[in-house]
Amino acid sequence: MTAMREPTVRIQKIRKDTVRTRLIIFGALALILLLCSVFCEHLTPYDPYLQDLKNAKAPPSPEHLFGTDRYGRDMLSRVIVGSRTSIFSTLLLVGIVTALGTMVGVFCGWHGKWIDTVLMRISDMFLAFPGLVFAMAVAGVLGGGLQNAIIALVAISWPKYARIARSQTLAQKETPYLNAARLSGSGTWKMIFKHILPNIIGPILVTSMLDIGTMMMELAGLSFLGLGAKPPTAEWGSMMSDARSLLSSVPWVTLAPGFAIFVSVMIFNLLGDTIRDYADPKSRGR
Amino acid sequence: MEPVLKVENLTKVFTRRGQPAFTAVDHIGFELYPGECLGLIGESGSGKTTVVNMITRLLDSTEGRILLGGEDITRLSGKGLRRAYREMQMVFQTPADSFDPRCTLGDGIGESLRNNGMSRAETKQEVARLLTECGLTPEFASRYPHQVSGGQCQRAAIARALAVRPRLLICDEATSSLDVTIQQEILALLNDLRRHHGSELSILFICHDIALVQQFCSRVLVLYRGRIVEQGIPDEVICHPQDPYTRRLIESIL
Amino acid sequence: MAEILKYEHVDISYNGVKVIRDVSFTVDEGEILGIVGESGSGKSTLIKAAMGLLGETGLVTRGDIWYKGKNLPDLSAAELRRLNGPELGMIFQYAGSSFCPIRTVGAQLYESLTEHESVSREEFSRRAAALLEKIGFENARRILDSYPFELSGGMQQRVGIAAAMLLNPSVLLADEPTSALDVSVQKQVVEEMLLVRRTFGTSIVLVTHNIGVIGAMADRVLVMKNGETVEYGETQQVLNHPKEDYTRLLMSAVPKLER
Repeated sequence: MTAMREPTVRIQKIRKDTVRTRLIIFGALALILLLCSVFCEHLTPYDPYLQDLKNAKAPPSPEHLFGTDRYGRDMLSRVIVGSRTSIFSTLLLVGIVTALGTMVGVFCGWHGKWIDTVLMRISDMFLAFPGLVFAMAVAGVLGGGLQNAIIALVAISWPKYARIARSQTLAQKETPYLNAARLSGSGTWKMIFKHILPNIIGPILVTSMLDIGTMMMELAGLSFLGLGAKPPTAEWGSMMSDARSLLSSVPWVTLAPGFAIFVSVMIFNLLGDTIRDYADPKSRGR
Repeated sequence: MEPVLKVENLTKVFTRRGQPAFTAVDHIGFELYPGECLGLIGESGSGKTTVVNMITRLLDSTEGRILLGGEDITRLSGKGLRRAYREMQMVFQTPADSFDPRCTLGDGIGESLRNNGMSRAETKQEVARLLTECGLTPEFASRYPHQVSGGQCQRAAIARALAVRPRLLICDEATSSLDVTIQQEILALLNDLRRHHGSELSILFICHDIALVQQFCSRVLVLYRGRIVEQGIPDEVICHPQDPYTRRLIESIL
Repeated sequence: MAEILKYEHVDISYNGVKVIRDVSFTVDEGEILGIVGESGSGKSTLIKAAMGLLGETGLVTRGDIWYKGKNLPDLSAAELRRLNGPELGMIFQYAGSSFCPIRTVGAQLYESLTEHESVSREEFSRRAAALLEKIGFENARRILDSYPFELSGGMQQRVGIAAAMLLNPSVLLADEPTSALDVSVQKQVVEEMLLVRRTFGTSIVLVTHNIGVIGAMADRVLVMKNGETVEYGETQQVLNHPKEDYTRLLMSAVPKLER
């Protein structure tokens, strides 16, 4: 076969773990976005509500980076101010949906029996409707306005979280450590709050991070259809809707808030992806 | 002498829609006396785990009675059951999975003490004592389950089980997932505990390895398809098996 | 006897972390080599290296694995694929889960055979049935027509061995083939592998933590600890007169039945 020879040496390419770096980058971007929306009044170059008809429909220029709308309002300022309504209402929406869905799901998973059946069939009913159409119907019945748009979106979004929380709870109920806790004499509340919730919250939070983008789009969508924030409130969806008839002549008025939606959705989605990777112990090692 | 644990006619029938009923445990009965170590052996699917889960009331039985220190615990729930858990504890098969990954080992060991109203400071002291008794150092209290080896984790699990000073310790394949050298260490620990606690501690030792049972138990039950097919002193059963299944089991040991 | 598989000074690293250090051994034609060690000793990694199953992060960073004049770590993925099956067969711990659950055993064996040679269905059925009968199955046709879930765990494991033998490999690499089985079934699988060796002269590399299985099967044994060789030699010599402290400790820890 082979004569005595030196063993072959092969060079191994070492892969670095990028999750931490990605987490820092996207976390920082999301934070910048949030800070923008908190301090938006101080960041605008012009008054976002000040009309200047002389300068109406001005294309992007060094003075007005995103141009002006048909009343001569500075688009950049309006987009910055709009971030508050758009981002905060989205975060509020996601927060409510996550909390409500998780509560229902954990309750169903833990209790089981008929309550589980009833609540899950109700959630099936919500899931059976095409989401945004149903939200439009709800918002239509309740009337326009940001608050009603949020209620409508909560109504269509909770079942997803309830399902995730329920299946996670069911899985946790079978684990040896929960049995050990039971044998330690822990009561229902202690087991739910100390053992189940901390162990299921990871996948739920990841889902809600990934949903921030979708929710922002849906909220903007409802506003675009006139069922959300009302003009002159600066909100990205309604701003787009407001200027859509002028799309061919003054495209920047529609594109500026559209671009803002695109960037924020992108940042939150990438952050959600990264958190999912980070939460997966296999991608982190021990 | 009154048995620590007495099981009468215990039966579990699993019924699923569209499937014939399956009798996992079929009218078994046995007693466990103070200070005794009773082995329960059987292959996968023989019903060992079902028996354990019924005794610990993690699973409801279809029929039969379970008496713990003379008290019928078959249908207990809530407070009554929590009282029963002060008499009976379990060590699980996979040590790492038997601790909440988000809590420290100290939290897990002290949980039952806290539930029984012990103060935080006293619990900390008691946890340190338990860890030392089980061959670990008190520093292990602040470690997480994934930061310790399988053997260390199983020692901590034994410490947790002993925290309430139970009279009955159930070891459900407690050594099966461990390497042989670690397995011997854990058995040595259990032997020390038996010597130390004397008749205060009885052990129900569930295992699929008959050689371990021979080494460790004073009496053995052979479970096959949900029934006890043979029982007796391990040496006796191994050298003169009466039941054809036991004979086959012993012959297939390499 | 001629050597068929030879490991020379093998180091294996995962993403820069060395898990195997300087392991050498040879397997002769028709020999059964047992590799024994506790969890984390690197025993499975060793045979995965021969099959090219180290994944994207694993690499044989030093040393050579010779098989019939070919250095396995230097082969391309395509070349390895040609070897895996007809030359090097593999048996896993859970053979049952390596079968697709919704197709019959026969259909899957046929598929794996046609990956490597062209045979007709009739030819395949004849050969498969003949093989199954040769290695001790009664009612071979019925087994070929069953779905994996219709077979017991032990039967699935034996069919896994048959599946590997269908391509008539020169070496069988078995990773914990009996560890998930009950003792009474374990014995059947051990006998199955011994029968395969007797019938076809196949060399077997057997990775296990079960020293009983090693004692019953292996001609030579390699004891591993923390990625290094502790002891390597004739099975009876190593098991009955271990030279190293670790081997002695391991032997004394094995629960033995006194009868």
